Amino acid sequence: MNKAIDAASAASMNVAPSADERSPFAQHDDADNFRCKPPVRYPLLVVISALVLATLFLCGLFAEQLAPTGYATQDLASRLSPPVWLGGKSGLLGTDFLGRDIFSRLLYAVRISLLVAFAGTLISCTMGTILGFLAAHRKGWTDEMVMMLVDFQASMPFVLIALAILAFLGNSLGLFVAVMGLNGWERFARFTRGLARSASARGYVAAVRAMGASPLRIYLRHILPNIAGVLIVQFTLNFPSTVLLESSLSFLGLGIQPPLTSLGAMLGEGRNYLINAWWISVAPGTVIFCVTLSACILGDWLRDRLDPTLR
Amino acid sequence: MLAFILRKTLRALLTMFLVVTFTFLILRISGDPTEVMFPDDVPQEVKDAYRTAWGLDRPLPEQFAKYLISVGHGDLGYSFRDSRPALDVVTERIPATLRLGLCSFALSICLGIPLGLCAAFRRNTFLDRLATSVSVMGYSMPNFFLGILLILLFSLKLRLLPSSGSATPEHLIMPVITLGTATAGIVARFTRTAVLDVLGQPFVMAAKAKGLSVSRLIFGHVLPNAAIPVITILGLQLGSVIGGALVTETVFAWPGIGRLLVQSVNYRDLAVVQTIVLIIAASMIICNLLVDMAYGWLDPRIRSERAGN
Repeated sequence: MNKAIDAASAASMNVAPSADERSPFAQHDDADNFRCKPPVRYPLLVVISALVLATLFLCGLFAEQLAPTGYATQDLASRLSPPVWLGGKSGLLGTDFLGRDIFSRLLYAVRISLLVAFAGTLISCTMGTILGFLAAHRKGWTDEMVMMLVDFQASMPFVLIALAILAFLGNSLGLFVAVMGLNGWERFARFTRGLARSASARGYVAAVRAMGASPLRIYLRHILPNIAGVLIVQFTLNFPSTVLLESSLSFLGLGIQPPLTSLGAMLGEGRNYLINAWWISVAPGTVIFCVTLSACILGDWLRDRLDPTLR
Repeated sequence: MLAFILRKTLRALLTMFLVVTFTFLILRISGDPTEVMFPDDVPQEVKDAYRTAWGLDRPLPEQFAKYLISVGHGDLGYSFRDSRPALDVVTERIPATLRLGLCSFALSICLGIPLGLCAAFRRNTFLDRLATSVSVMGYSMPNFFLGILLILLFSLKLRLLPSSGSATPEHLIMPVITLGTATAGIVARFTRTAVLDVLGQPFVMAAKAKGLSVSRLIFGHVLPNAAIPVITILGLQLGSVIGGALVTETVFAWPGIGRLLVQSVNYRDLAVVQTIVLIIAASMIICNLLVDMAYGWLDPRIRSERAGN
């Protein structure tokens, strides 16, 4: 923004060059200075958030290479040892009640947590978008049914639905990811439906329809790219809420089951050792907080930039 | 107005019907309860006898009709663990959860609305940024982690507050902080947006030009007009308070329905799980209904619009 203003004031302060000095290109450039958007400025907080998320993604990706020991390697001789920088015997972040290295476990937990949250958000985004398009396209009964399901989901705390499903159907990794995929689909569906309906009334859709494009082609090739901004924002905002849901359930012992571990599961294990080994639960808790905070900051910033309904 | 209330009530009943169908469906998908309940060495005849006694051998639509009737009569089955009616097991836990939930809700209102107001009135100042960051942090902080940090600080380090149980009012402090702050962040955010919207209206400028004091301006003009979005989000937040109570009650060993639900899921005490799901769903639906009704009372424009229909 500031740069654009600088350029504008510089241009106005300059003595106007005589007509023969002016090349057509220069004139063009001058006009562009006024017309084009100000260059994107990335607030410091957003850059930090993006870096934090990227680092954690890389940590999860290269967990095997980065971890000093395996995530299940036990060393009973050095159980509950505090972090090295607090005078402990072993481990960057200390060890847990079985002598497992917390730093190594944390890397693997980050991998599982991010993977589950990412897969869950992807599922809910896909499902919500498809149902939203379906509701917008078919109208009538289909629309009513989808909106009734949306209302149903929105009127219940999702953690309750998730718990009920896990209680009745038992727990497996596949089912757990599927349950995560149910989180927040109603928001995708509601946005997609609304935007697709308003897009259908726009000229470009009428034009491709008149050219004989199939509904599938209209929705996927023409409407979807036009509403992608809103969906990306929703994706970024849905991600931290799925991370929180996953870690809450795993914390309660109802999510990721041993021998696999996730950030919430580690926190839940550490809860029983708060008195003599606080580092077991503080390390994964801090990581969860960093993930959700960064994703929220990033999502808010993206929403301000990409969501046309806010302008 | 009457038509509006009727329509909303009908919709609420429909949602409740969906919830009941949902519990019935997953109860049936989960497989035969006799297989889950009894050890493998129980003879098949015994299992069959129980299946007949519970009507599990009847066709699904008939089972569903019977299920609907019994739910309508408040008969929600027996708790396997307590061998008492599930409804009794759950209702005796409700007061504890209500105490925790209402206090947290009050905290989030008392914290969130003033914070949002301050942020809106001092827009783009340090105070605004502080309030916004606090609310984002409150939302991002997992409440189980906040609870554990509070226990570490106040119970283990400073030895000021009890870490678990519900005997004295002191026991209430940490769970309420844990549960209330997350909601407070969201309430603050929505209050800020709603108040900013109102502050841009001409009538606020007129009120200012008349020379009204700040308190008259806030309480007489800004708050009533910003109330609708704030009330809406408060109604929606009730769900997140209930969801948060599951975790918070477990962290602080609070004897409410949240902890009961987690325990029942662990033991697969299905009757109790379904009772809790139905009770929470019913209270959420009633709350949303009340929020919808409150609109008409809060905003005369909506009232006349409805009367016009």
